[in-house]
Amino acid sequence: MAIAIALVVLVLGSVLFHIFTPWWLPPLASNWKTMDDTLFITVVITGLFFVVISLFVAYTLWRFRHREGSRAAYEPDNHRLERRLIVITSVGIAALLAPGLWVYADYVSPPSEAMTLEVLGQQWRWRFRFPGPDGQLGGSDARFVSGANPFGLDPSDTRGADDILVDDNEVRLPLNRPVNVVLRSHDVLHDFYVPHFRSRMNIVPGQVSSFWFTPTKAGRYEALCAQLCGVGHPDMRGFVRVEEGAAFDTWLAAQPTFAGLRAAAAAPAAASADPATVGRTLAQSKGCTACHSVDGAPSVGPTWKGLFGKQENLEGGGTVHVDEAFLRTFIRNPQSRDIKGFPNVMPAVPVTDAELDALVAYIQALR
Amino acid sequence: MSIAGTLPLNDRPAPAAIGLWVFIGVASALFGLFLAAYAMRMDQAPDWTRLALPWQLWLSTALLVAGSVLLSQAASGSSRSTLIGAGVCAVAFVISQFWAWQALADARVSFTGNPAASFFYLLTAMHGLHVAGGLIAWARVLRRPARERVALLARYWHFLLALWLVLFAALGWLTPQIVAFICGRGWA
Amino acid sequence: MSYADDHHHEHDDHAPKSWFYRYVWSQDHKVIAVQYASIAILVGLIGLVLSNLMRLQIGYPGQFEFINAERYYQYVTMHGMIMVIYLLTALFLGGFGNYLIPLMIGARDMVFPYMNMLSVWVYFLSVLILLASFFIPGGPTGGGWTLYPPAVILPGTPGHDGGIILMLVSLVVFIVATTMGGLNYVTTVLQARCRGMTLMRMPLSVWGIFVATILALLAFPALFVSGVMMLLDETAGTSFFMPALVSMGQVTDYKGGSPLLFQHLFWFFGHPEVYIVALPAFGLVSDLISVHARKAIFGYRTMVWAIVIIGGLSFVVWAHHMFVAGMNPWFGFFFATSTLIIAVPTAIKVYNWALTLWRGDIHMTVPMLFALAFLMTFVLGGLTGLFLGNVSVDIPLSGTYFVVAHFHMVMGVAPLLVVFGAIYHWYPKIFGRMLNDTIGMWHFWITFLGTYVIYFPMHYLGVLGMPRRYHHYTDYQFIPPSAHVLNELITIAALIVGAAQLLFVFNLVWSLKHGRVANSNPWRAASLEWFTPHSPPHHGNWGATLPTVHRWAYAYSVPGAKEDFIAQNAPAADGGQEPSQDHEPRQVPA
Repeated sequence: MAIAIALVVLVLGSVLFHIFTPWWLPPLASNWKTMDDTLFITVVITGLFFVVISLFVAYTLWRFRHREGSRAAYEPDNHRLERRLIVITSVGIAALLAPGLWVYADYVSPPSEAMTLEVLGQQWRWRFRFPGPDGQLGGSDARFVSGANPFGLDPSDTRGADDILVDDNEVRLPLNRPVNVVLRSHDVLHDFYVPHFRSRMNIVPGQVSSFWFTPTKAGRYEALCAQLCGVGHPDMRGFVRVEEGAAFDTWLAAQPTFAGLRAAAAAPAAASADPATVGRTLAQSKGCTACHSVDGAPSVGPTWKGLFGKQENLEGGGTVHVDEAFLRTFIRNPQSRDIKGFPNVMPAVPVTDAELDALVAYIQALR
Repeated sequence: MSIAGTLPLNDRPAPAAIGLWVFIGVASALFGLFLAAYAMRMDQAPDWTRLALPWQLWLSTALLVAGSVLLSQAASGSSRSTLIGAGVCAVAFVISQFWAWQALADARVSFTGNPAASFFYLLTAMHGLHVAGGLIAWARVLRRPARERVALLARYWHFLLALWLVLFAALGWLTPQIVAFICGRGWA
Repeated sequence: MSYADDHHHEHDDHAPKSWFYRYVWSQDHKVIAVQYASIAILVGLIGLVLSNLMRLQIGYPGQFEFINAERYYQYVTMHGMIMVIYLLTALFLGGFGNYLIPLMIGARDMVFPYMNMLSVWVYFLSVLILLASFFIPGGPTGGGWTLYPPAVILPGTPGHDGGIILMLVSLVVFIVATTMGGLNYVTTVLQARCRGMTLMRMPLSVWGIFVATILALLAFPALFVSGVMMLLDETAGTSFFMPALVSMGQVTDYKGGSPLLFQHLFWFFGHPEVYIVALPAFGLVSDLISVHARKAIFGYRTMVWAIVIIGGLSFVVWAHHMFVAGMNPWFGFFFATSTLIIAVPTAIKVYNWALTLWRGDIHMTVPMLFALAFLMTFVLGGLTGLFLGNVSVDIPLSGTYFVVAHFHMVMGVAPLLVVFGAIYHWYPKIFGRMLNDTIGMWHFWITFLGTYVIYFPMHYLGVLGMPRRYHHYTDYQFIPPSAHVLNELITIAALIVGAAQLLFVFNLVWSLKHGRVANSNPWRAASLEWFTPHSPPHHGNWGATLPTVHRWAYAYSVPGAKEDFIAQNAPAADGGQEPSQDHEPRQVPA
C-alpha cells in the first residue's frame, strides 16, 4: 500500500507546495498581465488533471491490490468511454490553447505608436540605441564594427547621424509608453530578458528580431542574457530603469549621438590629455571594459582595480608580478599566459605604442 | 501487412528487399533535408549567385543512365560483363564528378566563398559517397552473383539516378524566386 | 504440422563455439542487446557524475574552484548529449529493441545479423570518439547539447577548436550505427514475424520500439545534415550557419549564413528524438502494467494508433523549441496548435494505463512500482509541457529552470523509471536469475521520491525567472536567497539519488551469480518471449521449430480459463483471442 500512500502524499504535498511557495512570478512591471492570466488558467486546468488522475490511480491501487483469491476483470476495451475521454481532453486542450493564441496575436502586433529601442547584444555586455528626432535607426553591419564604432553603424547612412547611443549596460525607458524593442547582435545568439516585463526574444546575428511591451511600474530592473553565449553568459547583467517621461527625456537628451561621437573622435586630442585619461577612453573604445571592470566587480576577465603591482596566479601553478613590462607583453599577446581563474579567451586587440602607453598608465592609475 | 504474419516464410518478400526500401527511405530523407537547407539558405542570402554548372555534369548524368540501363539488363539475366559494365559506369561517374570539381576550381569557384558553391560541393560529395557505397555492394554481388541480389543492386542504382536528377535540377535551376514562391511570397 | 524454417536462419547446432564469437564478436541479437545496454549504462554513469558536478556548482557556488565557467559548460553539454543520445536512444533501441523484438515476434534473430553486430561496434566507436574530447587540448565542447552556432565554433565557448569537431564526428558515427540497427529492427518486424503473429497481435513493447525506429531513421538525417554543415563551417570556413560577425573584436570571413537554419534542422531531429525515447517507454510500460496487474492492456488498438499518431505528429511540432528564437512570428500559431494537439493521443494513453489498473489484480512487484512511478511522473512532466507548448505562456518560461525541470521529468525521470522496471522484469529471462528484491525496493523508493524532490520544486525557480545554463547567479538581486537555499537542497537530493544508482548497478552484477534462480516464466506472463524452449534462450531462440501464435499477447484473466493467463502460443482451443473488430471469432489460417 506504500505506493498508493506515496502518490497521495506527493499529490497533497505538491498542491500545498504550490499554494505556499515563495517562488513564483516576479511582480509584473509591464502590460502583459494576459500572459500571467493564461499561465494561471494553465495551472488550474493541468493541476486539475494531475490531481484527479493521480488520486484515481492511488485509489485504484488500494482497491484492486492483489489479495488471496482475487482475480482481475476482463475488460479489454470500452469504445464509448474512450470516445468520451477524447472529447473531454480535446475540450481541455482547446481551453488552454485559445487564450494562449489570443495573447500571442497581441504579442506579434506591436502598437503603431510604440517608440523604438534597439538592444545590441555582444559577448558579454549590452549596448542600446534610440532613433533620434528623425524616428529612424541608421543602418548597421558587422563590417563597420571597430573600437571607435562599437555599434557597427554605417557612417554613410544619414538616418543614423542623430541616433542616440547608450554605451552602457543600463538603459532607461519612460513609464507607460509602449516600446518596440529591436534586437541585434554582431557575434552570437543572445536574449534580452527582464523577468518583470515577461516579454523577450532571442537575438540572432545576421538578422533583426523584436518584441514589444509597455513598462507600467517605475523601478530599476535587472536584464539577463537568456541564450547561452559562451563563458561570459552569466555575467551579461544589464539594467532597465523605468521612470517618469520628463526624467527620461532629460536623460535621453544628455546621451551622445552617433554624429556627435564621430566629431569628438575626429577632433585632435586635447593638449593636456594625460595618458591615463586617454587610456580610459581607449579602454571603452577598444572594448576592454566588456570584460574588465574598473571598480572591482567580477567579470569575464580580472578587474583592473588594484591589478597593477599585484601577484597574479597562473594556471598550473606559479605567480607573476603585474608590472608595466608584464602588461605591455600581455596586452599585445594575451595567449602568452594563462591566468588562473579566468578563461583564456582574451583577443589580441591591435594597439599602437602610444595607445599601449595610455592603457598601461590608466591601469596603473586604478591601483 | 498483417497478412505477412500468416504467410509461410518462403512466400514473403525477402528481407533484403525491404531493407533496401527502408534504406532508400532514409537516404531520401537525408537528401530531402539537404535540399530544404539549400532552399532556406538561398532564401536567406541577400545576394545569391547561381553557379554555372560545368558541362562535365551532363557526362555524369549520361554515365548514371548508362549504368542503370546496364544493371536493368543484368537483372533480367544477361551476361556477367553487363554487370561489370555497370560498375565501370559508376566508377566513371565518380571520376567525372571529380573532373567537374576540377573545372569549377579552375574557374576559381571555391568551397567557402559562395554558398551556392558550398552546397554544390557538399551535395555532389554526399551523392558520390552513396555511389561509392553502391560500388562496395556491386563488388560483393560480383563475387557471388544471384538474380535477386542483382535486382536489388539495380533498384539502388535507379534510386541514385533519380536522386542525381533531382540534385542536378536543384543545383542548376532552383532560384530564389522559385523558393520565395514555394514559401508563399508570390512571384517577384 | 511443424513449421519449416527458412534456410537462412541458424539452429542451435550452428551456434558459435568459441568464447570470442559467442560473447564479443557475436551476431546473436541477445548478446548484441546486452552489449548495447552495458555500454549505454556505463556511459550513462559518466553522464550522472557530470550532472552531480553541475549540481555541486549550482548548490555551492564558488566552493569547488575547479568547476569554473568553462568546465561547467563542458559538463552541461556532455551530460546532455550523453544522456539523450548515447544512453537513452542506444538503450531503448539497441538494448531493448535488440533483445525483445525477435523473441516477442517469434523470430530466430534479426534479419541482418552481421550488420546488427557491426552496429554495436560502431556505436562503441562513437562513444570512444565522444569521450576522447575530454582528453584533447581545449577539452570537450561547451555549447550546450543543442550545439547552437555561431557561438559553439567561435572563441568564447570551450572546445570551439577541437571538442566540437570530435562531438560532431561522434554524432555522425552514431547515426551510422543507429541506421544499421534501425534497418534491422524495422525489417525484422515487417518480415520475420512467426505464423499467426499479425501486426495487431504484437505486444506494445514492439510497437513502441518499431515506431520509434521509423522516427529515428527519418529524423537522424536532420542531425546528420546539420552536423556535417557545422563541421564544414568549423573546419573549412563555409558559411552555412555563420552570418557576418565580429568575434572577440576580430571581424571574421563568414557571411550570409543563418543560425536559425541550424535550429530548424536540429529541432526537426530533436523533437522526434524525444519520442524516440518516449515511445519505447510507452510500449514497455504497457506490458509491465498488464503483466503485473494480470489484465489486458485497456484499448490495445487505440494504444497502437496513439503510438502511430504521436509518431507522425512528432514531425510537425519542432518549432515549439523556437518560439523565442527570432523566427517568423506567425509560425508560433501553427506550432503551438500542433503541439497541443499531440497532447490528446498522449492523454489517451495515460487514461488507458490507468484503466488497465482499474479492476485489475495488482501485484506490487518492483517492476510494477517502477511502472506506477512512471505514470505519475510522466503525467506531471507531460502537463508541464502544455505550459511550454502554449506559445504565449512559453515566452517568459523559455530559457529558465522551468524548461529544465520539464524535460528532466518527462524525458529523464519517467523513461528511466521504465528502463529500471523493464530490466527488473526481463532480467530473469536474459540471465536466468532474479534481481534482488530488497535492493530493488531501496533503489525504487530513493529514486522515485528523490527525483520528485529534485524536479518538482525546480519548476518554481523557473517561474521566478531563474535562467538556465548559468554558472553562477551572484549579484542578481531579483533572485531571493531562499532560491539559493532551495538549490542547495536540490543538490543534496541529486547527490543522494546519484549514489542510489550504484545500488542498481550492484544488483545487476551481484545477481548474475547470486540472484535467486528463476524459472522460465517467473511473472506468469503471456507474451511469446517467455515461452522459448530454454530459458535463458539459446542461440536461435526457438529450437527446431518456430512457434505459431493463436492470440494476442494480453490474454490475462480470461473468464473461464484455468489460469489467469494464456500463453500467446498455447493452442487456439484454449481461447483468449483478442477482441475482434467485427465481433466474429477470429479465424487463423491452418
